[in-house]
Amino acid sequence: MTYLIEGRDGPWELVVGLEVHAQVISQSKLFSGASASYGGEPNTHVSLVDAGFPGMLPVINRECVAQAVRTGLGLKARVNLESRFDRKNYFYADLPTGYQISQFTHPIIGEGAIEIELADGSTRMIGITRLHLEQDAGKSMHDQDPARSFIDLNRAGVALMEIVSEPDIRTPEEAGAYLRKLRMILRYLGTCDGNMEEGSMRADVNVSVRKAGEPFRTRCEIKNVNSIRYVMQAIEVEAVRQVEIWEGGGSVDQETRLFDPARSETRSLRSKEDAHDYRYFPDPDLLPLVIEEAWVQDLAAHLPELPDAKCQRFQDEYGIPRYDAGVLVAEQATADFYETVARGRDPRLAANWVIGDFFAALNRTGRTIQDSPISADALGGMLDLITDGTINGKIAKDVFEEMLESGESAAEIVERKGLRQVTDTGAIDAAVQAVLDKNPDKLAEYRSGKDKLFGFFVGQVMKAMAGKGNPALVNEALKKVL
Amino acid sequence: MMLTELTIAAAQGGLRRREFSAEELVGAHVAAIDRLNGRLNAFITVTSEQALDAARRADAILAGGGDVPALTGIPLGIKDLFCTDGVRTTAASRMLEDFVPPYESTVTANLLADGAVFVGKTNLDEFAMGSANITSAFGSVENPWKRAGDAETVLVPGGSSGGSAAAVAARLAMGATGTDTGGSIRQPASYCGIAGIKPTYGRCSRWGTIAFASSLDQAGPMARTVEDCAILLQSMAGFDTRDSTSVDIAVPDYRAACGRSLKGMKVGIPAEYRVAGMPAEIEAAWEQGIAWLRDAGCEIVEVSLPYTKYGLATYYIVAPAECSSNLARYDGVRFGRRVPGASLDELYEATRREGFGAEVRRRILMGTYVLSAGYYDAYYLRAQKVRNLIRKDFENAFQTVDVLLTPTAPSPAFAQGEKMDDPVQMYLNDVFTVPASMAGVPAMSVPAGLSQSGLPLGLQVIGRSFDEESVFAAASALERAAGFTHRPAVRAEVV
Amino acid sequence: MSLDPATVRRIARLARIGIDESDLPALQRELNGILGWIEQLNEVDIDNVEPMVGTGHAALRMREDVVTDGDAREAVLSNAPDTAGPYYTVPKVVE
Repeated sequence: MTYLIEGRDGPWELVVGLEVHAQVISQSKLFSGASASYGGEPNTHVSLVDAGFPGMLPVINRECVAQAVRTGLGLKARVNLESRFDRKNYFYADLPTGYQISQFTHPIIGEGAIEIELADGSTRMIGITRLHLEQDAGKSMHDQDPARSFIDLNRAGVALMEIVSEPDIRTPEEAGAYLRKLRMILRYLGTCDGNMEEGSMRADVNVSVRKAGEPFRTRCEIKNVNSIRYVMQAIEVEAVRQVEIWEGGGSVDQETRLFDPARSETRSLRSKEDAHDYRYFPDPDLLPLVIEEAWVQDLAAHLPELPDAKCQRFQDEYGIPRYDAGVLVAEQATADFYETVARGRDPRLAANWVIGDFFAALNRTGRTIQDSPISADALGGMLDLITDGTINGKIAKDVFEEMLESGESAAEIVERKGLRQVTDTGAIDAAVQAVLDKNPDKLAEYRSGKDKLFGFFVGQVMKAMAGKGNPALVNEALKKVL
Repeated sequence: MMLTELTIAAAQGGLRRREFSAEELVGAHVAAIDRLNGRLNAFITVTSEQALDAARRADAILAGGGDVPALTGIPLGIKDLFCTDGVRTTAASRMLEDFVPPYESTVTANLLADGAVFVGKTNLDEFAMGSANITSAFGSVENPWKRAGDAETVLVPGGSSGGSAAAVAARLAMGATGTDTGGSIRQPASYCGIAGIKPTYGRCSRWGTIAFASSLDQAGPMARTVEDCAILLQSMAGFDTRDSTSVDIAVPDYRAACGRSLKGMKVGIPAEYRVAGMPAEIEAAWEQGIAWLRDAGCEIVEVSLPYTKYGLATYYIVAPAECSSNLARYDGVRFGRRVPGASLDELYEATRREGFGAEVRRRILMGTYVLSAGYYDAYYLRAQKVRNLIRKDFENAFQTVDVLLTPTAPSPAFAQGEKMDDPVQMYLNDVFTVPASMAGVPAMSVPAGLSQSGLPLGLQVIGRSFDEESVFAAASALERAAGFTHRPAVRAEVV
Repeated sequence: MSLDPATVRRIARLARIGIDESDLPALQRELNGILGWIEQLNEVDIDNVEPMVGTGHAALRMREDVVTDGDAREAVLSNAPDTAGPYYTVPKVVE
């Protein structure tokens, strides 16, 4: 699907590439033994290495390297067995050493790809240029004091993965789909929690526009956008801004910009006279990072099943539609929940209940699957009662609501409230006869050809039996009499 | 007995035999510091009280007998580049004039664990950048040696470990730690008539030592004999997981290596070190050294290190580049001097202008330039390629020889005020020491004799990576042959 | 290559070292002296030569992912020229 910006003199095409900073899940920091966990009292998750004290030296964390390799494998990317760390030199209040340790010329992960799915059901491949490891910076607080900014280094030195896409993205929707898919993969892998609100995943967005068939024009980088919605909005407004500049006879400057969601505009972040010159060079405190092929293979062997593979397997193994499979694999926890429910049961019935009533109930109660009041086993137990004919589908909905409220098992509720469906044909026949006796006019209408009234009789019989009649048997009994 | 005249090896025996106490030994050095440091300025910080306390504890341990740690009760000077827990560590910079590290460097921690007693923090060129110990924010150091018949002229001790060299030469400490980035142990050792070794890069941990140029910095000992250097290095060296460039290779018995026979050892004489304009007395000392080693049973082999001549120019790109980045942390925010500014950048610029001296500022600017966009390939990348060629020169030479012998410096100690106008002239003092630094190989200076003006001259022995033993063996042989017993004019026992 | 005053100003700015206009001529002379001297490296044939990286004696060691450090705010702030409670401070940064 093409996304074109209608300019004054014709349509413009959008070109977007994304640089995502994903915070690595690890116990300790990339180069120091201080805690990498979020929060903590100010400056308590800080070692003297993080604070850049004289003579302090970095030592790399194996797990952070493993997480980068896992992510690379998950992105079907090349793992570079030798990579290097460089220093990116610049001065800033929350950068204690005056340089960020990053990977510039030799990243740990090379080219890969992500398949994204769009609303119309089509798919596209978005290329991954590279993934590298680097340090996060500390935090500056500007609103605590009239004259000073305060510095907290708890985040300084936490490992980040910078994941750079090719400029393959052509619409805001694709950018959103890419970020959602990337986040899903990272969460599956357990390498990043993908929480954009807490800043553990943030995106720099490179935007340019061009006429169809042209080479790339100058791009602008919109820094640190912290939600998928804002990324999509920022792309839209930035593209329009650039089209206006080109059409006005001007030219777009390559620069860094910020997105202001309140005003829905981007604005220039740095003046040109203070252009950065990062003076990258190999960090002499660190040697080249050389990893063993066997270790990479071992990490690969222990990777979890990823969303694309799981989605395909759900369709193949459980015979559920692609859409349902996609919904169920969006979160690892959901997929696990579904598989527990579906195991040894009717997988389609399980999918309908999980996606339908169960999701609706979570939404309604504001719960997540992790603190759901109904466990997968409990939901499965209820489905068993449907399948073995103990309750019918209508009663099941009541039982489900009751489970939600009381936390009891379906069997307990059915027992306690006497909801077991009636399969005694004698009792059903009696109920049918009573309904016919009570509604001689309707019976006459039906017999004169108003077939639609069959439903009315079913409803009346079920009502008379307090919903507990076996629907199939009720149907059968009615047909016989009518 | 003059306790300040003892070698470490002799003092170890004397302490264990209870011929004197650690308190007496340390006390004699503390007294000498009291008397002479005002003049020599070898120490930035003197820790007499802590030293005497430590000496008394050492005596208690010695009284217990048994297996006493090797350096128990031995008074040492510590270059003020090693962070010492609770003791001010300045790097001879105004930037760190009040910095008190809450940690102990690995090298000094190793020495403390072996019982050493620190009498103070020795002076140096600011952030170890210099060859004459004239860039210290705490004043220059005076070389305790005097030219024959000239008691007035103040000579430089060399640098950057000039305070350590002067302290050991003047008998204010039995030994000292130094650091060597391009010759900062060997050149001052040569100027002050003592021994000093820069071990293989990776042999001593850099953790807790204030960085100048990370790929070159290496700690090492300075003492009056080769054996004393071996004893100190035995303690200082060793693998450290906190330094990613520390190498996990067992530390051999260096003291035993000092007594090794040289029969059959091949000694390379690099042709390229015969630089144009080398003073005749340097040339003569070198020839004498060659003769001594031949007499000791060595085979002398002419070798070629064709890229050696580019060592110095390479060094003055690589070292400033690394220093420009390493010293970015001195920004007035987390430690050290802060000069207020209205904005963050004004604070940075004022702090770093006032906190750093002229030579440090010059090197930071140089390093910033060679790394900057458009110049990286022409300078830094080219220098790192030439550096690889220099390293290969040494690897090739060590295919055929066991050690190399060269002069340590192109001249004896010069006077304060000489060579001060032109940075390049000053840099040339390191012409013989820099190549080994660039290659990371071990190198030692040992006193070989006196110049015509009565000043000490050193010879340099360079070895294979991690073969400090051959370096100690050859240096010991030179030391025995030289029989260097000259002492400086200014020293502890001279009142 | 030779440095002009504008370049000296630019690198001083990059290095965040304040300089006075009156410092410029001397700095320019000294830096150009050093640069002129290191130009000798241009005569070295470096085709097909790899730059020196690391020591050649070891690859990077990796440490285990265990929290072994931190929780030492007092030490972290012990040398700070200015603090506000648990924070370091800088002149207010306007973003």
